[in-house]
Amino acid sequence: MDAVIDNLPLFLEGFRNTLGLLIIAGIGASVIGLIVAAMRISPISSFRVFATAYTELVRNTPLTLVLFFCAYLLPLLEFSPGYFQLAAIGLTVYTSPFVAEALRSGVNGVHVGQAEAARSVGLTFGQTLTFVVMPQAIRMVVPPLINVLIALTKNTSVAGAFFVFELFGAARKVTNDRGDAVIPILLAVAAFYLVITIPLGLIAGRIEKKVAVLR
Amino acid sequence: MSSVLYDAPGPKSRARSRLISVLGTIVLAGGFLALIVLLGLPKISANGAVEPGLWDISRWDVFNDLLVWRTLGFGALATLRMAAVAAVFALVIGVLFSFGRLSASAWIRVPTTVLLEFFRGMPVLLMMLFILLVFATGSFWAGVAALSVYNGAIIGEALRAGINALPRGQREAGLAIGLTPVATRFRIEFPQAFRQMLPIIIAQLVVLLKDTSLAFIVGYNELLRAGLNQLANFFGEQYKFSFFFIVLAIYLTMNLSLSWLARRIAKRTGPQAGSVTDEDSTPPADPDRVDPQALGARSKSQTF
Repeated sequence: MDAVIDNLPLFLEGFRNTLGLLIIAGIGASVIGLIVAAMRISPISSFRVFATAYTELVRNTPLTLVLFFCAYLLPLLEFSPGYFQLAAIGLTVYTSPFVAEALRSGVNGVHVGQAEAARSVGLTFGQTLTFVVMPQAIRMVVPPLINVLIALTKNTSVAGAFFVFELFGAARKVTNDRGDAVIPILLAVAAFYLVITIPLGLIAGRIEKKVAVLR
Repeated sequence: MSSVLYDAPGPKSRARSRLISVLGTIVLAGGFLALIVLLGLPKISANGAVEPGLWDISRWDVFNDLLVWRTLGFGALATLRMAAVAAVFALVIGVLFSFGRLSASAWIRVPTTVLLEFFRGMPVLLMMLFILLVFATGSFWAGVAALSVYNGAIIGEALRAGINALPRGQREAGLAIGLTPVATRFRIEFPQAFRQMLPIIIAQLVVLLKDTSLAFIVGYNELLRAGLNQLANFFGEQYKFSFFFIVLAIYLTMNLSLSWLARRIAKRTGPQAGSVTDEDSTPPADPDRVDPQALGARSKSQTF
């Protein structure tokens, strides 16, 4: 236990970096994911093809490979803003197709009859989207989006293997120094992750239940 | 659904949409081509030395060497082996988790739930490190154990959702004909839930295959380590990109083919599955056994 308390500052620094990665990559992935999802349902076929290809390619690439590219190969192309930023870029790119899929499934999940009804009472395209489709889609999209965020939280640990000092990096360093207290150290680090993921999961579950009542 | 959102386009807006489509294609393809050309240009580093572009033959000639392909092949095999072993264990653990979470006794249900939340909320990588350091299993079994526990927890949740989605009558009928609760779960509910959740389970197995690359970090000698670490370090910096592209291509081939399989199965077990079931190929071995396929097809139309 003393190994945990002695190294608390290291853990807190790692926790800060994990949170930083989570927030930056979360916002970045939401922006890119929104664009990709919009392209995916747009009437312009070339955009649709591009968005589908992007989603399929990135989704089927291991995160380790993406981060490897960011940490080792981008610097070779004379692009090296620092490992934290590189990892944030990698996580953003990796997470964006998952966000896009969550958004798209939400829009697709709204019953066609809703849009038909809106159109038939004379709402325009913009009115249909803003007053009828989107309010329902957003509600349905929140739980899967939170699940994406939970996955992202866990995925930030991979960045720890690519020179970013976040929670996993802290775990590796401290377990190297204190080989006698591996179990408490790793449990403490796991607790830090659970502090983020379990509340997010509870929120997702609650919202899901609310939506289920509404439908 | 998008066609519902706006009126059928007239000639003018059709022409406009065509124009945008062509322009969009040009912009996207142009950007892509520009990237390729830009990467192919020879590069002058800070000290004045000129490096050849990424598509230059001097960066790709290692692939004439059969040993390189052999190493990559062994790496891919190691990846597949870990994924296969972990998938089997993950399925078994998933079944156990789903049964534990649905158990009537709180003594089983509550600890299972806590354990499941713990495993689901923890990064796989941390679990691998934990198992490697605490149980000193070696990197292969550390990877297998972490992947199977994590994915088992997720498969267990999927199976539980599948069992919960079944009509209540299924369980009641099973109990009414005198099966024990466990037998009801195993013979009546579980086969139906498994079939309904098969697409989700296979999608999770794709994730598992992708996540085997995490074992690279704890030192397992799989595709990523073989290609990007060993080979690239052995042959030198100039081949790094080439090896990256080849490894990426191998991963994409493996994952996309598994995803394609998942989609095909999802289509087959979808709502229209009732007519395509090949019942004659597997006659029920046990005459007491209720044919799960017939029930599955019927209950599906009720639940969805």
